[in-house]
Amino acid sequence: MTTANVVKRDAPSARPAPSKFSWAWVGVVPFFLFAFMFLVYPSSTIAVGSFENATTHAFTFQNIVHLLQDPNLVNSYWISIKISLVTALGGGIFGFLLAYSSIRGGLPPFMRSSLMTFCGVASNFAGIPLAFAFIALLSPSGVLTGWLRAIGYNPYFHGFQLYTFWGLSIVYTYFQFPLMVLVIAPAIDGLRREWLEASENLGASSFQYWRFVALPILLPSLMGTMILLFGNSFGAFATAFALTGGQINLVTIVIGDQLRGDVLGDAGLGYALALGMVVVMAIAISLYTVLQRRSERWLR
Amino acid sequence: MKRSGVIWSWFWMILGILYFFLPLVATFLFSLRAKLGVLSFLAYTQLFHDSNFIKDFSFSVLWGLLTIIVGIVIFVPTAFWVRLKVPQVRTAVEFVTLLPFVIPAIVFVFGLVRTFSHPPFLIVNSPALLIAGYIVLSMPYMYRSIDTGLRSIDVRTLTEAGQSLGAGWGTILFRIILPNIRVAILSGAFLSFAIVMGEYILAQYLAKPAFAPFLAYLIQEKAYEPAAATIISFALTWACMGIIQLVGRGGPQAQLAGGH
Repeated sequence: MTTANVVKRDAPSARPAPSKFSWAWVGVVPFFLFAFMFLVYPSSTIAVGSFENATTHAFTFQNIVHLLQDPNLVNSYWISIKISLVTALGGGIFGFLLAYSSIRGGLPPFMRSSLMTFCGVASNFAGIPLAFAFIALLSPSGVLTGWLRAIGYNPYFHGFQLYTFWGLSIVYTYFQFPLMVLVIAPAIDGLRREWLEASENLGASSFQYWRFVALPILLPSLMGTMILLFGNSFGAFATAFALTGGQINLVTIVIGDQLRGDVLGDAGLGYALALGMVVVMAIAISLYTVLQRRSERWLR
Repeated sequence: MKRSGVIWSWFWMILGILYFFLPLVATFLFSLRAKLGVLSFLAYTQLFHDSNFIKDFSFSVLWGLLTIIVGIVIFVPTAFWVRLKVPQVRTAVEFVTLLPFVIPAIVFVFGLVRTFSHPPFLIVNSPALLIAGYIVLSMPYMYRSIDTGLRSIDVRTLTEAGQSLGAGWGTILFRIILPNIRVAILSGAFLSFAIVMGEYILAQYLAKPAFAPFLAYLIQEKAYEPAAATIISFALTWACMGIIQLVGRGGPQAQLAGGH
């Protein structure tokens, strides 16, 4: 080691140490302040309220226990989960078939862009107006019901009801499949044509191509997007409320009732009910993020 | 693609088109039935003469504009500053902006009402809380649009160029950065506008006049006017999405849980 080297190494420490503290982070304080006040803090009161006795404010697990022991509330979770599963699966499969048809189905190219536009509109068209559109279509005095009656088939004589589980599923699907189309389209774009050609050259049938090439590549995206769809309908409130007049036992509807007045007769139970929704959503969104990351491996 | 494949493609597309248009066609036909025996625009005339409709609709437009303006004022400087000076908080900011996806709107409103309806924060009756709520609901879309816009321009060079010409932070933000990402801001703004116009839960539970609660009330009371109002609401959604596509030339965006 030469003297020159030592001098070189020592030189910086001779200057005053640069201040580690930076004022730059102050610039993001307004944002975090806003988010804390109107998003994080109000949401955290739900978590706190779930583990608190509503009158004494002492820590307790009673609210969670009561929630799990109330068959009506457990059932509301079950119905919400069921309708989310049904519409995520149904809307997901339908949306995938639509997206695949428009991208790889040999249709004229304008079909793709029109489909994407329609889906952008339809996935944003929800809530009260959507509920009414289906009332106009499928209620006992609805337009389609009228047409079907005219050709001698009254769906209401065959067990159909708009204001029940399956009716609501049909309505939810209206905003589910467009979301599927929009989110899954990039994944379908990522399926290279060469893979299809290669498997055809090797003598694979179309079933074998799907079973061994396309599906394994698409599976993380498909599952991830369907989980996103699950969350999309799990949190839905306005559509169900307007369609059934609040008569269907979904978690969101029960929370809405609880908010209007303490219908459960137990404020703590209301908090626990809301917290349960956040837990389900958090699991769904985390799964979606993980699966989305996996699918990106193939789709560069 | 084999011939049978193309036929199946058409089959699914036609099914999709039917699913998309039938409810709208039905609503439109319904809206024309107000006069017995003939088709007429009577329902629309009645709607436009309903002072409650005019009032609630105008309030929704006002809430929408305020949401956009305040949202821009909060999010543009934040996204700009994160890119330029404090990239280490990016993950935290993105996490916060995506929280509204995890917290369903009804749960969020539940938290808002419970938090702000008793001292020390008794502001449940203030329109400010409603606007804050709308900003939170549109935050994932607004922030992401702005951030995408900033990614497409060279923030650092533009800022340094501005600084060396003697511009202050205000000038840099509002006369250099903002005009450069106006397309991104516009698409975020129109999506936010569509969300606010269709949003039911916030306005309903914070007891503020707005279009969606009015429509819900109308469905209970009348037969044909809600059909006319639904058509107007749909036209509005279509217009917002159309403008986004026109200005953005980008892919359409979808709305999650919030408004459903």
